[in-house]
Amino acid sequence: MKELTIISGKGGTGKTSILGSFATLSGNSVICDCDVDAANLHLLLHPDIKEKKPFYGGKRAEISPELCSQCGTCEELCRFAAIKDSVVNKYACEGCGLCYQVCPSGAVQLIDHLSGYCYLSETQWGPMVHAKLGIAEGNSGLLVNLVRKKAREIAKERNIPLIISDGPPGIGCPVISSLAGTDMALIVTEPTHSGIHDMERVIRVASGFGCLTAVCINKYDLDEENCRRIEDAANKLGVPVIGRIPYDPVMHQSVINGVPATLLEPGEAQRSIRQVWDQVTVLLGVC
Amino acid sequence: MIISVASGKGGTGKTLVATSLALSLAYEQKPVQLLDCDVEEPNAHIFFKAQPVSERTVSLPVPKVNYEKCQYCGKCAEVCQFNAIALMKRTLVIFPDVCHSCGGCWHLCPTGALEPAAREVGTVSVSQTADLRLVSGRLKLGTHISPPVVKAVRETAERDYITIIDGPPGSSCPVMAAVTDTDYCLLVTEPTPFGLNDLALAVDMLRVLKIPCGVVINRDMPGNQIIDRFCAENGINILLRIPFQTEIARAYAKGIPLVDSDKIWRDKFYNLYHQISGEVSQ
Ligand code: SF4
Ligand code: SF4
Ligand code: SF4
Ligand code: SF4
Repeated sequence: MKELTIISGKGGTGKTSILGSFATLSGNSVICDCDVDAANLHLLLHPDIKEKKPFYGGKRAEISPELCSQCGTCEELCRFAAIKDSVVNKYACEGCGLCYQVCPSGAVQLIDHLSGYCYLSETQWGPMVHAKLGIAEGNSGLLVNLVRKKAREIAKERNIPLIISDGPPGIGCPVISSLAGTDMALIVTEPTHSGIHDMERVIRVASGFGCLTAVCINKYDLDEENCRRIEDAANKLGVPVIGRIPYDPVMHQSVINGVPATLLEPGEAQRSIRQVWDQVTVLLGVC
Repeated sequence: MIISVASGKGGTGKTLVATSLALSLAYEQKPVQLLDCDVEEPNAHIFFKAQPVSERTVSLPVPKVNYEKCQYCGKCAEVCQFNAIALMKRTLVIFPDVCHSCGGCWHLCPTGALEPAAREVGTVSVSQTADLRLVSGRLKLGTHISPPVVKAVRETAERDYITIIDGPPGSSCPVMAAVTDTDYCLLVTEPTPFGLNDLALAVDMLRVLKIPCGVVINRDMPGNQIIDRFCAENGINILLRIPFQTEIARAYAKGIPLVDSDKIWRDKFYNLYHQISGEVSQ
Protein backbone atom coordinates (compact mmCIF):
# COMPACT_ATOMS: atom_id res chain seq x y z
CA MET A 1 0.00 0.00 0.00
CA LYS A 2 1.34 3.44 -0.96
CA GLU A 3 0.45 6.89 0.31
CA LEU A 4 0.50 10.15 -1.59
CA THR A 5 0.09 13.45 0.28
CA ILE A 6 -0.52 16.72 -1.54
CA ILE A 7 0.73 19.81 0.26
CA SER A 8 1.28 23.41 -0.74
CA GLY A 9 2.89 25.48 1.96
CA LYS A 10 -0.07 27.83 1.50
CA GLY A 11 -3.75 27.53 0.81
CA GLY A 12 -5.37 28.47 -2.45
CA THR A 13 -2.82 26.99 -4.81
CA GLY A 14 -5.34 24.53 -6.19
CA LYS A 15 -4.25 21.52 -4.16
CA THR A 16 -7.77 20.34 -3.39
CA SER A 17 -8.92 20.70 -7.02
CA ILE A 18 -5.99 18.65 -8.23
CA LEU A 19 -6.57 16.00 -5.62
CA GLY A 20 -10.26 15.81 -6.52
CA SER A 21 -9.25 15.15 -10.12
CA PHE A 22 -6.72 12.53 -9.04
CA ALA A 23 -9.48 10.72 -7.16
CA THR A 24 -11.50 10.34 -10.38
CA LEU A 25 -8.43 9.30 -12.38
CA SER A 26 -7.45 6.67 -9.85
CA GLY A 27 -10.90 5.26 -9.22
CA ASN A 28 -9.43 2.84 -6.71
CA SER A 29 -7.88 4.63 -3.79
CA VAL A 30 -8.77 5.63 -0.29
CA ILE A 31 -9.36 9.37 -0.34
CA CYS A 32 -8.32 11.25 2.73
CA ASP A 33 -8.87 14.89 3.69
CA CYS A 34 -6.23 15.90 6.22
CA ASP A 35 -7.19 19.56 6.15
CA VAL A 36 -9.25 19.10 9.28
CA ASP A 37 -9.43 22.83 10.09
CA ALA A 38 -11.23 23.72 6.89
CA ALA A 39 -12.00 20.57 4.96
CA ASN A 40 -13.10 21.26 1.40
CA LEU A 41 -12.64 18.09 -0.58
CA HIS A 42 -16.19 16.98 0.23
CA LEU A 43 -17.45 19.91 -1.83
CA LEU A 44 -15.99 18.28 -4.95
CA LEU A 45 -16.48 14.59 -4.20
CA HIS A 46 -19.82 14.70 -2.34
CA PRO A 47 -19.20 11.79 0.00
CA ASP A 48 -22.05 9.83 1.47
CA ILE A 49 -21.39 9.68 5.21
CA LYS A 50 -21.58 6.17 6.67
CA GLU A 51 -20.02 6.63 10.05
CA LYS A 52 -19.43 9.60 12.36
CA LYS A 53 -17.09 9.24 15.32
CA PRO A 54 -16.49 11.84 18.04
CA PHE A 55 -12.90 12.95 18.50
CA TYR A 56 -11.66 13.77 21.97
CA GLY A 57 -8.54 15.81 21.42
CA GLY A 58 -7.57 16.50 24.97
CA LYS A 59 -8.83 17.54 28.35
CA ARG A 60 -10.19 20.73 29.84
CA ALA A 61 -10.20 21.80 33.45
CA GLU A 62 -13.44 22.41 35.29
CA ILE A 63 -13.77 23.86 38.77
CA SER A 64 -16.58 22.85 41.12
CA PRO A 65 -17.66 26.03 42.89
CA GLU A 66 -18.91 24.06 45.94
CA LEU A 67 -15.44 22.69 46.61
CA CYS A 68 -13.37 25.71 45.64
CA SER A 69 -12.08 27.85 48.50
CA GLN A 70 -11.10 30.71 46.19
CA CYS A 71 -7.48 30.45 47.27
CA GLY A 72 -6.27 31.63 43.86
CA THR A 73 -3.40 29.15 43.51
CA CYS A 74 -4.64 27.81 40.18
CA GLU A 75 -5.15 31.25 38.69
CA GLU A 76 -1.66 32.28 39.68
CA LEU A 77 0.03 29.19 38.21
CA CYS A 78 -1.89 28.72 34.97
CA ARG A 79 0.53 29.83 32.27
CA PHE A 80 -2.27 30.27 29.73
CA ALA A 81 -4.24 32.77 31.79
CA ALA A 82 -7.21 30.46 31.43
CA ILE A 83 -8.59 30.90 34.96
CA LYS A 84 -10.21 34.02 36.24
CA ASP A 85 -12.01 34.21 39.58
CA SER A 86 -12.08 30.41 39.80
CA VAL A 87 -13.77 29.98 36.44
CA VAL A 88 -12.03 28.22 33.55
CA ASN A 89 -12.18 29.77 30.09
CA LYS A 90 -12.46 26.66 27.94
CA TYR A 91 -11.09 28.42 24.87
CA ALA A 92 -7.87 29.36 26.62
CA CYS A 93 -7.38 26.17 28.65
CA GLU A 94 -4.83 23.78 27.17
CA GLY A 95 -5.69 20.95 29.51
CA CYS A 96 -2.22 20.79 31.01
CA GLY A 97 -3.62 19.72 34.36
CA LEU A 98 -1.41 21.90 36.54
CA CYS A 99 -4.42 23.42 38.28
CA TYR A 100 -5.75 19.93 38.96
CA GLN A 101 -2.42 18.92 40.51
CA VAL A 102 -2.03 21.94 42.75
CA CYS A 103 -5.55 22.61 43.96
CA PRO A 104 -5.53 22.10 47.74
CA SER A 105 -9.26 21.40 47.89
CA GLY A 106 -9.60 18.90 45.06
CA ALA A 107 -11.98 21.28 43.30
CA VAL A 108 -10.59 20.79 39.81
CA GLN A 109 -11.56 18.02 37.45
CA LEU A 110 -10.04 17.23 34.05
CA ILE A 111 -12.78 16.39 31.59
CA ASP A 112 -12.43 14.77 28.17
CA HIS A 113 -13.11 17.43 25.65
CA LEU A 114 -15.04 16.85 22.42
CA SER A 115 -12.92 18.59 19.77
CA GLY A 116 -14.51 17.40 16.55
CA TYR A 117 -15.67 14.48 14.47
CA CYS A 118 -14.10 11.96 12.12
CA TYR A 119 -16.18 10.64 9.20
CA LEU A 120 -16.00 7.52 7.11
CA SER A 121 -17.81 7.95 3.81
CA GLU A 122 -18.26 6.46 0.38
CA THR A 123 -17.75 8.33 -2.88
CA GLN A 124 -18.17 7.23 -6.47
CA TRP A 125 -14.41 6.77 -6.64
CA GLY A 126 -13.70 4.95 -3.40
CA PRO A 127 -13.98 5.29 0.36
CA MET A 128 -13.19 8.65 1.90
CA VAL A 129 -12.05 9.59 5.40
CA HIS A 130 -12.47 13.17 6.53
CA ALA A 131 -13.01 15.17 9.68
CA LYS A 132 -14.27 18.36 11.15
CA LEU A 133 -12.57 20.16 13.97
CA GLY A 134 -14.78 22.21 16.26
CA ILE A 135 -14.61 26.01 16.39
CA ALA A 136 -11.42 27.37 17.84
CA GLU A 137 -10.02 23.93 18.62
CA GLY A 138 -6.37 23.09 18.73
CA ASN A 139 -4.98 19.59 18.40
CA SER A 140 -5.51 19.34 14.67
CA GLY A 141 -2.34 17.23 14.44
CA LEU A 142 -3.94 14.51 16.56
CA LEU A 143 -7.08 14.52 14.45
CA VAL A 144 -4.98 14.22 11.28
CA ASN A 145 -3.28 11.18 12.83
CA LEU A 146 -6.67 9.65 13.49
CA VAL A 147 -7.89 10.31 9.93
CA ARG A 148 -4.78 8.76 8.41
CA LYS A 149 -4.92 5.74 10.70
CA LYS A 150 -8.50 5.10 9.68
CA ALA A 151 -7.58 5.45 5.99
CA ARG A 152 -4.83 2.85 6.39
CA GLU A 153 -7.18 0.44 8.10
CA ILE A 154 -9.66 0.71 5.25
CA ALA A 155 -6.97 0.34 2.61
CA LYS A 156 -5.85 -2.88 4.32
CA GLU A 157 -9.34 -4.26 4.82
CA ARG A 158 -10.40 -3.67 1.24
CA ASN A 159 -7.03 -4.33 -0.32
CA ILE A 160 -6.79 -0.89 -1.93
CA PRO A 161 -3.23 -0.14 -3.11
CA LEU A 162 -3.19 3.66 -2.73
CA ILE A 163 -4.18 6.37 -0.26
CA ILE A 164 -4.32 9.94 -1.56
CA SER A 165 -4.43 12.68 1.05
CA ASP A 166 -5.18 16.36 0.81
CA GLY A 167 -2.80 17.98 3.26
CA PRO A 168 -3.45 21.11 5.30
CA PRO A 169 -1.84 24.44 4.37
CA GLY A 170 1.22 25.77 6.17
CA ILE A 171 4.11 24.03 7.85
CA GLY A 172 2.65 23.61 11.34
CA CYS A 173 1.59 20.60 13.37
CA PRO A 174 -1.16 19.25 11.08
CA VAL A 175 1.24 19.27 8.12
CA ILE A 176 3.84 17.37 10.09
CA SER A 177 1.16 14.82 11.00
CA SER A 178 0.07 14.44 7.39
CA LEU A 179 3.61 13.84 6.13
CA ALA A 180 4.82 11.35 8.74
CA GLY A 181 5.12 7.95 7.08
CA THR A 182 3.82 9.00 3.67
CA ASP A 183 5.55 7.63 0.56
CA MET A 184 5.34 10.74 -1.53
CA ALA A 185 4.75 14.45 -1.04
CA LEU A 186 3.47 16.31 -4.08
CA ILE A 187 3.91 20.04 -3.61
CA VAL A 188 1.49 22.24 -5.54
CA THR A 189 2.77 25.75 -6.02
CA GLU A 190 1.93 28.78 -8.15
CA PRO A 191 4.22 31.27 -9.90
CA THR A 192 3.84 34.15 -7.48
CA HIS A 193 6.58 35.73 -5.39
CA SER A 194 5.18 34.13 -2.29
CA GLY A 195 4.75 30.83 -4.14
CA ILE A 196 8.52 30.44 -4.50
CA HIS A 197 9.05 31.23 -0.86
CA ASP A 198 6.37 28.88 0.38
CA MET A 199 7.61 26.08 -1.83
CA GLU A 200 11.18 26.34 -0.55
CA ARG A 201 9.99 26.22 3.03
CA VAL A 202 7.70 23.28 2.52
CA ILE A 203 10.37 21.33 0.58
CA ARG A 204 12.63 21.70 3.59
CA VAL A 205 9.86 20.40 5.86
CA ALA A 206 9.14 17.45 3.55
CA SER A 207 12.83 16.56 3.24
CA GLY A 208 12.83 15.85 6.96
CA PHE A 209 10.55 12.89 6.30
CA GLY A 210 12.67 11.18 3.66
CA CYS A 211 9.69 10.62 1.34
CA LEU A 212 9.71 11.06 -2.44
CA THR A 213 9.10 14.73 -3.15
CA ALA A 214 7.99 16.39 -6.40
CA VAL A 215 6.63 19.77 -7.42
CA CYS A 216 3.72 20.67 -9.67
CA ILE A 217 3.22 24.28 -10.80
CA ASN A 218 -0.39 25.34 -11.06
CA LYS A 219 -1.39 28.38 -13.16
CA TYR A 220 2.14 28.24 -14.58
CA ASP A 221 1.43 30.69 -17.42
CA LEU A 222 0.41 33.46 -15.02
CA ASP A 223 4.02 34.59 -14.82
CA GLU A 224 6.63 32.80 -16.91
CA GLU A 225 9.55 34.44 -15.14
CA ASN A 226 8.41 33.33 -11.67
CA CYS A 227 7.75 29.92 -13.16
CA ARG A 228 11.40 29.64 -14.19
CA ARG A 229 12.47 30.80 -10.76
CA ILE A 230 10.37 28.07 -9.18
CA GLU A 231 11.96 25.49 -11.44
CA ASP A 232 15.45 26.74 -10.60
CA ALA A 233 14.71 26.78 -6.89
CA ALA A 234 13.27 23.25 -7.00
CA ASN A 235 16.24 22.01 -9.03
CA LYS A 236 18.67 23.50 -6.56
CA LEU A 237 16.94 21.64 -3.77
CA GLY A 238 17.07 18.44 -5.83
CA VAL A 239 13.30 18.15 -6.26
CA PRO A 240 11.87 17.42 -9.73
CA VAL A 241 9.10 19.53 -11.26
CA ILE A 242 6.74 16.93 -12.69
CA GLY A 243 3.99 19.08 -14.05
CA ARG A 244 2.71 22.45 -15.20
CA ILE A 245 -0.99 23.17 -15.23
CA PRO A 246 -2.17 26.27 -17.13
CA TYR A 247 -4.32 29.06 -15.72
CA ASP A 248 -7.67 27.95 -17.03
CA PRO A 249 -11.17 29.16 -16.09
CA VAL A 250 -12.25 25.52 -16.14
CA MET A 251 -10.52 25.09 -12.76
CA HIS A 252 -12.63 27.89 -11.34
CA GLN A 253 -15.76 26.38 -12.93
CA SER A 254 -14.94 23.08 -11.30
CA VAL A 255 -14.86 24.70 -7.88
CA ILE A 256 -17.98 26.80 -8.48
CA ASN A 257 -19.97 23.79 -9.66
CA GLY A 258 -18.50 21.38 -7.15
CA VAL A 259 -17.36 18.91 -9.81
CA PRO A 260 -13.79 17.62 -10.28
CA ALA A 261 -12.20 19.26 -13.36
CA THR A 262 -11.63 15.89 -14.99
CA LEU A 263 -15.39 15.47 -15.33
CA LEU A 264 -15.83 18.76 -17.17
CA GLU A 265 -15.26 19.29 -20.88
CA PRO A 266 -11.67 18.18 -21.49
CA GLY A 267 -9.03 20.77 -22.34
CA GLU A 268 -5.44 21.74 -21.71
CA ALA A 269 -5.79 21.87 -17.92
CA GLN A 270 -7.24 18.38 -17.68
CA ARG A 271 -4.59 16.99 -20.01
CA SER A 272 -1.84 18.36 -17.81
CA ILE A 273 -3.48 17.06 -14.64
CA ARG A 274 -3.55 13.61 -16.20
CA GLN A 275 0.14 13.91 -17.08
CA VAL A 276 1.00 14.78 -13.49
CA TRP A 277 -1.09 11.85 -12.29
CA ASP A 278 0.73 9.47 -14.67
CA GLN A 279 4.09 10.68 -13.37
CA VAL A 280 2.96 10.25 -9.78
CA THR A 281 1.85 6.67 -10.34
CA VAL A 282 5.16 5.86 -12.05
CA LEU A 283 7.18 7.41 -9.21
CA LEU A 284 5.12 5.55 -6.63
CA GLY A 285 5.15 2.33 -8.62
CA VAL A 286 1.38 1.83 -8.47
CA CYS A 287 0.46 1.94 -12.16
CA MET B 1 -8.09 50.98 15.82
CA ILE B 2 -7.03 47.40 15.14
CA ILE B 3 -8.42 45.69 12.05
CA SER B 4 -7.66 42.03 11.47
CA VAL B 5 -7.94 40.37 8.10
CA ALA B 6 -8.85 36.69 8.08
CA SER B 7 -10.28 34.26 5.58
CA GLY B 8 -10.98 30.84 6.98
CA LYS B 9 -8.55 29.57 4.38
CA GLY B 10 -5.39 30.61 2.58
CA GLY B 11 -5.16 31.82 -0.98
CA THR B 12 -8.34 33.87 -0.99
CA GLY B 13 -6.54 37.19 -1.17
CA LYS B 14 -6.08 38.04 2.49
CA THR B 15 -2.59 39.43 1.99
CA LEU B 16 -3.76 41.33 -1.09
CA VAL B 17 -6.44 43.04 1.00
CA ALA B 18 -4.27 43.64 4.08
CA THR B 19 -1.39 45.20 2.12
CA SER B 20 -3.66 47.39 0.03
CA LEU B 21 -5.68 48.57 3.00
CA ALA B 22 -2.51 49.49 4.89
CA LEU B 23 -1.01 51.30 1.88
CA SER B 24 -4.19 53.24 1.11
CA LEU B 25 -3.99 54.66 4.64
CA ALA B 26 -0.26 55.31 4.38
CA TYR B 27 -0.75 57.26 1.14
CA GLU B 28 -3.16 59.50 3.03
CA GLN B 29 -0.39 60.18 5.58
CA LYS B 30 -2.04 58.20 8.33
CA PRO B 31 0.22 56.54 10.89
CA VAL B 32 -0.26 52.89 9.99
CA GLN B 33 1.40 49.59 10.72
CA LEU B 34 0.90 46.20 9.16
CA LEU B 35 1.38 43.14 11.36
CA ASP B 36 2.06 39.97 9.42
CA CYS B 37 0.71 37.32 11.77
CA ASP B 38 0.76 34.55 9.17
CA VAL B 39 3.86 33.32 10.96
CA GLU B 40 4.04 29.97 9.17
CA GLU B 41 4.27 31.68 5.79
CA PRO B 42 4.81 35.41 6.26
CA ASN B 43 4.46 37.02 2.84
CA ALA B 44 3.50 40.65 3.35
CA HIS B 45 7.13 41.85 3.15
CA ILE B 46 7.28 40.69 -0.47
CA PHE B 47 5.08 43.65 -1.39
CA PHE B 48 7.31 46.30 0.14
CA LYS B 49 10.86 47.50 -0.06
CA ALA B 50 11.26 47.81 3.68
CA GLN B 51 14.43 48.65 5.61
CA PRO B 52 15.04 46.38 8.61
CA VAL B 53 14.83 48.18 11.94
CA SER B 54 15.11 45.44 14.52
CA GLU B 55 14.72 41.72 15.07
CA ARG B 56 14.27 39.65 18.19
CA THR B 57 13.78 35.99 18.93
CA VAL B 58 10.68 34.54 20.56
CA SER B 59 11.35 31.85 23.13
CA LEU B 60 9.28 29.51 25.22
CA PRO B 61 10.40 27.77 28.38
CA VAL B 62 10.94 24.01 28.19
CA PRO B 63 12.22 21.85 31.04
CA LYS B 64 15.90 21.04 31.48
CA VAL B 65 17.05 18.29 33.86
CA ASN B 66 19.75 18.59 36.44
CA TYR B 67 20.77 14.93 36.64
CA GLU B 68 22.51 15.42 39.96
CA LYS B 69 19.23 16.26 41.64
CA CYS B 70 16.90 13.90 39.76
CA GLN B 71 15.66 10.90 41.77
CA TYR B 72 13.96 9.26 38.76
CA CYS B 73 10.67 9.25 40.61
CA GLY B 74 8.73 9.73 37.37
CA LYS B 75 6.44 12.44 38.72
CA CYS B 76 7.21 14.80 35.84
CA ALA B 77 6.41 12.21 33.17
CA GLU B 78 3.22 11.34 35.00
CA VAL B 79 1.90 14.92 35.21
CA CYS B 80 2.79 15.93 31.65
CA GLN B 81 -0.47 15.73 29.70
CA PHE B 82 1.33 15.99 26.37
CA ASN B 83 3.77 13.09 26.73
CA ALA B 84 6.67 15.48 26.43
CA ILE B 85 8.65 13.66 29.12
CA ALA B 86 9.43 9.96 29.32
CA LEU B 87 11.34 8.11 32.00
CA MET B 88 13.26 5.20 30.54
CA LYS B 89 15.12 3.21 33.17
CA ARG B 90 17.46 5.83 34.59
CA THR B 91 17.26 8.40 31.84
CA LEU B 92 14.80 11.22 31.52
CA VAL B 93 13.97 12.04 27.90
CA ILE B 94 12.40 15.39 27.06
CA PHE B 95 10.68 16.07 23.72
CA PRO B 96 10.69 19.87 23.38
CA ASP B 97 8.64 19.68 20.15
CA VAL B 98 5.51 18.56 21.92
CA CYS B 99 6.02 20.53 25.14
CA HIS B 100 3.35 23.19 25.72
CA SER B 101 5.46 25.07 28.25
CA CYS B 102 2.78 24.72 30.90
CA GLY B 103 5.33 24.53 33.70
CA GLY B 104 3.67 21.56 35.38
CA CYS B 105 6.81 19.43 35.48
CA TRP B 106 9.18 21.95 36.96
CA HIS B 107 6.60 23.15 39.39
CA LEU B 108 5.80 19.68 40.66
CA CYS B 109 9.23 17.99 40.63
CA PRO B 110 9.82 17.09 44.28
CA THR B 111 13.60 17.58 44.14
CA GLY B 112 13.79 20.75 42.08
CA ALA B 113 15.69 18.89 39.38
CA LEU B 114 13.84 20.58 36.54
CA GLU B 115 14.35 24.13 35.46
CA PRO B 116 12.78 26.08 32.60
CA ALA B 117 15.24 26.82 29.79
CA ALA B 118 14.48 29.06 26.84
CA ARG B 119 13.84 27.42 23.50
CA GLU B 120 13.68 29.55 20.39
CA VAL B 121 10.41 29.16 18.48
CA GLY B 122 10.56 32.07 16.06
CA THR B 123 11.50 35.65 15.37
CA VAL B 124 9.74 38.99 15.17
CA SER B 125 11.22 41.61 12.89
CA VAL B 126 10.30 45.25 12.49
CA SER B 127 10.98 47.11 9.26
CA GLN B 128 10.03 50.45 7.83
CA THR B 129 9.14 51.60 4.34
CA ALA B 130 8.74 55.20 3.24
CA ASP B 131 5.08 54.91 4.17
CA LEU B 132 4.47 52.34 6.84
CA ARG B 133 5.76 50.22 9.67
CA LEU B 134 5.83 46.49 9.09
CA VAL B 135 6.08 43.86 11.83
CA SER B 136 6.53 40.26 10.71
CA GLY B 137 6.64 37.08 12.71
CA ARG B 138 8.33 33.96 11.51
CA LEU B 139 7.91 30.53 13.03
CA LYS B 140 11.20 28.67 13.27
CA LEU B 141 11.32 25.77 10.84
CA GLY B 142 10.76 22.52 12.68
CA THR B 143 8.62 24.08 15.40
CA HIS B 144 4.89 23.97 15.14
CA ILE B 145 3.42 25.89 18.02
CA SER B 146 2.67 29.21 16.36
CA PRO B 147 0.32 31.14 18.72
CA PRO B 148 3.19 32.41 20.93
CA VAL B 149 4.88 33.91 17.85
CA VAL B 150 1.60 35.52 16.79
CA LYS B 151 1.24 36.99 20.27
CA ALA B 152 4.80 38.30 20.17
CA VAL B 153 4.07 40.10 16.88
CA ARG B 154 1.03 41.74 18.41
CA GLU B 155 3.01 42.84 21.44
CA THR B 156 5.48 44.58 19.10
CA ALA B 157 2.75 46.87 17.74
CA GLU B 158 2.96 50.59 18.45
CA ARG B 159 -0.05 51.83 20.35
CA ASP B 160 -0.98 55.02 18.55
CA TYR B 161 -1.00 53.59 15.05
CA ILE B 162 -3.83 52.28 12.97
CA THR B 163 -3.06 48.58 12.96
CA ILE B 164 -3.84 46.15 10.16
CA ILE B 165 -3.28 42.47 10.95
CA ASP B 166 -2.72 39.95 8.18
CA GLY B 167 -3.86 36.78 9.91
CA PRO B 168 -2.99 33.15 9.30
CA PRO B 169 -5.34 30.94 7.28
CA GLY B 170 -7.82 28.58 8.93
CA SER B 171 -10.00 29.04 11.98
CA SER B 172 -8.02 27.30 14.71
CA CYS B 173 -5.64 28.42 17.43
CA PRO B 174 -3.17 30.63 15.48
CA VAL B 175 -6.07 32.59 13.94
CA MET B 176 -7.67 33.02 17.33
CA ALA B 177 -4.41 34.54 18.58
CA ALA B 178 -4.36 36.93 15.60
CA VAL B 179 -7.95 38.20 15.77
CA THR B 180 -8.66 38.19 19.53
CA ASP B 181 -9.06 41.70 20.91
CA THR B 182 -9.20 43.39 17.53
CA ASP B 183 -11.88 46.00 16.88
CA TYR B 184 -13.03 44.56 13.59
CA CYS B 185 -12.33 41.59 11.39
CA LEU B 186 -12.44 41.74 7.60
CA LEU B 187 -13.19 38.35 6.10
CA VAL B 188 -11.86 37.82 2.61
CA THR B 189 -13.62 35.18 0.60
CA GLU B 190 -14.35 34.14 -2.96
CA PRO B 191 -17.74 33.31 -4.47
CA THR B 192 -17.35 29.54 -4.64
CA PRO B 193 -18.64 26.71 -2.46
CA PHE B 194 -15.08 26.45 -1.07
CA GLY B 195 -15.12 30.13 -0.18
CA LEU B 196 -18.55 29.90 1.42
CA ASN B 197 -17.62 26.84 3.48
CA ASP B 198 -14.53 28.58 4.90
CA LEU B 199 -16.35 31.87 5.42
CA ALA B 200 -19.05 30.15 7.48
CA LEU B 201 -16.39 28.60 9.73
CA ALA B 202 -14.69 31.96 10.20
CA VAL B 203 -17.99 33.70 11.02
CA ASP B 204 -18.72 31.06 13.67
CA MET B 205 -15.32 31.68 15.21
CA LEU B 206 -15.85 35.45 15.30
CA ARG B 207 -19.24 35.00 16.96
CA VAL B 208 -17.57 33.04 19.74
CA LEU B 209 -15.01 35.82 20.15
CA LYS B 210 -17.67 38.56 19.79
CA ILE B 211 -15.77 40.49 17.12
CA PRO B 212 -17.75 42.45 14.51
CA CYS B 213 -16.98 41.52 10.92
CA GLY B 214 -17.56 42.43 7.30
CA VAL B 215 -16.80 40.70 4.04
CA VAL B 216 -14.59 41.43 1.03
CA ILE B 217 -15.40 39.28 -2.00
CA ASN B 218 -12.33 38.55 -4.07
CA ARG B 219 -12.44 37.12 -7.60
CA ASP B 220 -16.02 38.29 -7.84
CA MET B 221 -18.05 37.43 -10.91
CA PRO B 222 -21.30 39.06 -11.91
CA GLY B 223 -24.32 36.86 -11.42
CA ASN B 224 -22.76 34.76 -8.70
CA GLN B 225 -24.83 35.23 -5.55
CA ILE B 226 -23.55 32.50 -3.30
CA ILE B 227 -21.78 34.81 -0.81
CA ASP B 228 -24.42 37.57 -1.08
CA ARG B 229 -27.09 35.14 0.03
CA PHE B 230 -25.09 33.92 3.01
CA CYS B 231 -24.27 37.48 4.10
CA ALA B 232 -27.88 38.60 3.78
CA GLU B 233 -29.09 35.66 5.87
CA ASN B 234 -26.51 36.33 8.55
CA GLY B 235 -26.70 40.12 8.63
CA ILE B 236 -23.12 40.66 7.50
CA ASN B 237 -22.15 43.61 5.31
CA ILE B 238 -20.25 43.15 2.07
CA LEU B 239 -17.86 46.07 2.03
CA LEU B 240 -15.84 45.57 -1.14
CA ARG B 241 -15.78 43.46 -4.29
CA ILE B 242 -12.62 42.75 -6.25
CA PRO B 243 -13.44 41.34 -9.69
CA PHE B 244 -12.08 38.12 -11.20
CA GLN B 245 -9.49 39.56 -13.59
CA THR B 246 -6.35 38.00 -14.96
CA GLU B 247 -4.56 41.40 -14.78
CA ILE B 248 -5.09 41.51 -11.01
CA ALA B 249 -3.78 37.95 -10.62
CA ARG B 250 -0.73 38.82 -12.75
CA ALA B 251 0.14 41.95 -10.81
CA TYR B 252 -0.23 40.04 -7.56
CA ALA B 253 2.04 37.28 -8.89
CA LYS B 254 4.69 39.95 -9.53
CA GLY B 255 4.39 41.22 -5.98
CA ILE B 256 2.69 44.52 -6.86
CA PRO B 257 0.05 45.66 -4.33
CA LEU B 258 -3.39 46.19 -5.83
CA VAL B 259 -3.43 49.90 -4.87
CA ASP B 260 -0.22 50.36 -6.86
CA SER B 261 -1.22 48.44 -9.95
CA ASP B 262 -4.31 50.56 -10.50
CA LYS B 263 -4.87 53.83 -8.65
CA ILE B 264 -8.67 53.55 -8.49
CA TRP B 265 -8.12 50.99 -5.75
CA ARG B 266 -6.56 53.59 -3.47
CA ASP B 267 -9.88 55.35 -3.05
CA LYS B 268 -11.77 52.10 -2.75
CA PHE B 269 -9.57 50.84 0.06
CA TYR B 270 -9.50 54.20 1.80
CA ASN B 271 -13.27 54.19 1.64
CA LEU B 272 -13.26 50.64 3.01
CA TYR B 273 -11.39 51.94 6.04
CA HIS B 274 -14.03 54.63 6.57
CA GLN B 275 -16.84 52.12 6.34
CA ILE B 276 -15.13 50.02 8.99
CA SER B 277 -14.55 52.97 11.33
CA GLY B 278 -18.20 53.86 10.85
CA GLU B 279 -19.32 50.38 11.87
CA VAL B 280 -16.95 50.22 14.83
CA SER B 281 -17.92 53.60 16.29
CA GLN B 282 -21.64 52.78 16.16
S1 SF4 C 1 -5.56 22.75 32.81
FE1 SF4 C 1 -3.73 24.02 32.57
S2 SF4 C 1 -4.36 25.49 31.02
FE2 SF4 C 1 -6.23 24.59 31.79
S3 SF4 C 1 -6.87 25.96 33.39
FE3 SF4 C 1 -5.67 24.35 34.37
S4 SF4 C 1 -3.60 25.17 34.47
FE4 SF4 C 1 -4.73 26.43 33.01
S1 SF4 D 1 -6.65 26.11 43.48
FE1 SF4 D 1 -8.55 25.00 43.84
S2 SF4 D 1 -9.42 25.96 45.64
FE2 SF4 D 1 -7.84 27.34 44.89
S3 SF4 D 1 -8.95 28.77 43.57
FE3 SF4 D 1 -8.22 27.12 42.28
S4 SF4 D 1 -9.90 25.66 42.20
FE4 SF4 D 1 -10.31 27.02 43.90
S1 SF4 E 1 9.94 14.73 38.85
FE1 SF4 E 1 11.98 15.54 39.18
S2 SF4 E 1 13.00 13.98 40.35
FE2 SF4 E 1 11.20 13.02 39.52
S3 SF4 E 1 11.91 12.11 37.61
FE3 SF4 E 1 11.16 14.13 37.10
S4 SF4 E 1 12.96 15.42 37.20
FE4 SF4 E 1 13.47 13.55 38.26
S1 SF4 F 1 6.29 22.14 30.68
FE1 SF4 F 1 4.32 21.07 30.67
S2 SF4 F 1 4.18 20.28 28.59
FE2 SF4 F 1 6.29 20.83 28.90
S3 SF4 F 1 7.24 18.96 29.56
FE3 SF4 F 1 6.66 20.08 31.41
S4 SF4 F 1 4.66 19.27 31.91
FE4 SF4 F 1 5.05 18.65 29.83
